Amino acid sequence: MKKKEFIFISALLAFSILLCLYVYVVPHGKYGSIQITVNGELYGTYSLGKDQVIQIGDTNVCEIKNGEVKMTEADCPDHLCMKQPAVGSSGGYIVCLPNKVVIQGEGGSDSQDSSGGFDAVV
Amino acid sequence: MTQWCNVMNQKKTAYLGLFAAIAIIFGYVESLIPFFAGIPGMKLGLANLAVLFVLEKYTWKEAALVSLVRILIIGFMFGNGSSIMYSLAGATLSLMVMVFVKNKIGFGHLGVSVAGGVSHNIGQLLVAVPATHTVGLLYYYAPALMVSGVVTGLLIGVLTREVLKRIP
Repeated sequence: MKKKEFIFISALLAFSILLCLYVYVVPHGKYGSIQITVNGELYGTYSLGKDQVIQIGDTNVCEIKNGEVKMTEADCPDHLCMKQPAVGSSGGYIVCLPNKVVIQGEGGSDSQDSSGGFDAVV
Repeated sequence: MTQWCNVMNQKKTAYLGLFAAIAIIFGYVESLIPFFAGIPGMKLGLANLAVLFVLEKYTWKEAALVSLVRILIIGFMFGNGSSIMYSLAGATLSLMVMVFVKNKIGFGHLGVSVAGGVSHNIGQLLVAVPATHTVGLLYYYAPALMVSGVVTGLLIGVLTREVLKRIP
């Protein structure tokens, strides 16, 4: 390996690990609810405090249980959204790319300043 | 002389067909491996082995051709319209970045492969943002996809180096 390659690879790795730590490990406030969008349009906002099953259009079903939301049904072939980890009070996303369904953590009643989710940071 | 050119051309045609086929098989094998940590788009990138090989032997045009054939065939056999779109975006950005770092900066296989892996993931992510109208995806998935791009890029780079040693 050439020296410049070594520098490039280790700098890129260090930078992306730092990004990972910042995005996934550092807490970004509490998320009390979730927002569901379909094709970019708001489908609904639901509290994580109340257990319920939500039918999203004809394509997906998600379930809120014990303060966490998981995708439980999808009509796409890969079912990747159903394998994504549950979104709870630390926020995050569940994405179903074929159906363009996005579930994202939303600031709940106990934190006003993070109500825009991650979008405010970008 | 013309005969010699003809032989070279035949060899190239055979090689490109062979590597397109290998790329397609790798794509299929990869769809069987659940290399998935809750991050959509995270994968090994085995097919890039074939693209890197062709890029080393010929020019970016041949590499682009092998890449395109692979994406279309894999897409129609195992995927759908949207998966072809993501693959195309990733492959296009990745090939452009790989050609740039190879020819303009003079990287070897490892550097080219890592740059290709990371840019492939970023390219797919850049399509996911307008498709879902959610900018936050970039922020949320980019760090994990960058780390996985570096790691799988290193792996594929080492493999490519070993294959190039053995296939003249």
